[in-house]
Amino acid sequence: MIKIRNLTKKYESLAVVDNINLEIEKGEIFGLLGPNGAGKTTVIHMLATLLKPTSGTAIVNGYDIITEPGKVRSSIGIVFQAPSSDDMLTGYENLKIHAFLYSVPSYEREKRIQSVLELVGLADRQNDEVKKYSGGMRRRLEIARGLLHKPKVMFLDEPTLGLDPSSREMMWEYIQKLVKEEDMTFILTTHYMEEADHLCNRIGIIDQGKIIALDTPANLKKIIGGDIVKIKPKSYPNLENLKKLIYIRKIELINGEIIMYVDNARTNMPDILLHLEAEYVEFRSPDLNDVFLKLASKNLKESVEGGFMERYAQYGK
Amino acid sequence: MNIIQFLYNAITIAEMEARKIRHDTTELWTRLVQPALWLLIFGETFNAMRAMSTGSFSYIQFITPGILAQSVLFIAIFYGITVVWERDVGIITKLLSTPASHVSIVLGKSLAASIRGIFQAMMIFVLALILEVHIRLDPIDIAGVFAVTILFAMCFSSLSMLLASFMKTRDRMMGIGQALTMPLFFASNAIYPISAMPVWLQYISKCNPLSYVVDAMRSMLLSGSYENLPLDILILIASTVVFVSLASVTIKRLLE
Repeated sequence: MIKIRNLTKKYESLAVVDNINLEIEKGEIFGLLGPNGAGKTTVIHMLATLLKPTSGTAIVNGYDIITEPGKVRSSIGIVFQAPSSDDMLTGYENLKIHAFLYSVPSYEREKRIQSVLELVGLADRQNDEVKKYSGGMRRRLEIARGLLHKPKVMFLDEPTLGLDPSSREMMWEYIQKLVKEEDMTFILTTHYMEEADHLCNRIGIIDQGKIIALDTPANLKKIIGGDIVKIKPKSYPNLENLKKLIYIRKIELINGEIIMYVDNARTNMPDILLHLEAEYVEFRSPDLNDVFLKLASKNLKESVEGGFMERYAQYGK
Repeated sequence: MNIIQFLYNAITIAEMEARKIRHDTTELWTRLVQPALWLLIFGETFNAMRAMSTGSFSYIQFITPGILAQSVLFIAIFYGITVVWERDVGIITKLLSTPASHVSIVLGKSLAASIRGIFQAMMIFVLALILEVHIRLDPIDIAGVFAVTILFAMCFSSLSMLLASFMKTRDRMMGIGQALTMPLFFASNAIYPISAMPVWLQYISKCNPLSYVVDAMRSMLLSGSYENLPLDILILIASTVVFVSLASVTIKRLLE
């Protein structure tokens, strides 16, 4: 459905997107994760033909983004990070304009507008001006707008940003329903790891313009290697004894707490506790947060935000 | 993209603007203050002084078409600010992500400026009638004035969009708008005849599209002699085509 070939975007000499290659299959929900400024939005804007790549190209729904931008735009839907509906107009008017611009045939126009409004639960508020909508309603209107022309591919740039947990789950349900019923392909960016885990078949983690990991959520979590066990020992422990246990993959002492990566923590925990006296014990399965932090944290410190926080800390002194 | 879809898109974008105006008309009314002041105070005072030789017409007659053109110019030249604002709230990004061609988007946006211009023109007609300024009220001439208003607003709003693609911020557009309107206005025949200007200014005035617009409006509203009209309109159409085409090429830069 989407083939990205050596896609690169440079501002001056800085490569915001650096030679990305990626294939996304029909019917996939593909998640693009990465720290702020990693290049996620730039990738999506290039695929949607809003930005011209410095080099490389991509085929979206069979059309080249460089040579056939018009055809690409007709076959995709896009929901932007920032809401883009005209808040002086009503929800209905926003959708109607969209239907005109995408040449939705007139005999289907009304029916489709009403059906997408129904889908996102805004039918009863369609004649209110968008400025009277809540944040969640605006997001839902954006989704409705993106779906109106029945695109084959849908780009969602942080679709659930600022939504409350129940609206977010509703959004996930819509997306899964659309994949099942309409055979659509979704590419989404998000900062919510549980969203990516719950929703995406495959995840690409992008950092400083490069894809640094690409796999299913389950496989990505295997990178961490086992469950994460945190133990506060009563006295200074003898780590050598623990290191001999074969089910412990890795062991660290951080701030007086022992952090271990353990196979099958549930069954091996009693055995571990025979080797030391613990004040408290925590353990959990790894989630995408751990993966994200492990992969992206190396670079995170050098990113703009990290640098700022360090300077800020210095300033405080 | 076929021509029908193209025009359809442009009209849709213009219609979106018309709907917005209908939802909130405050802006239209406040825009009336300035031309009203020009006509009421400046116009009436100079009329009473008889300081300017304006041929067979009174001064207030002379400047009515000039003030009409000036107030439409203000709307059009600052239209870029609206476009920058729409970029900031994502509307332009959204429009550019639709299959509508960039020419149709720029054309639609410039027509939207024309809609505001038409309203302005209507109000100045009303003002002129209230002040009992003698203008020709021939329906064909009035239609002609509206046609020129539409073209004129398209011409300068697309120039404004062209500038906005490079300036990118509202503050800069504010500055550049200020820097352009006054020279355009004073170096034109809007409030005094070209013959009253120093020679160097006369040359500048002849390169100024605003002079041709005012001339066209004056010939329809006052004199009824049309010998310059074809040239006036030709120059206006040519400038509009040039600015709309250039702005369609550059508008995407707003997103970078």
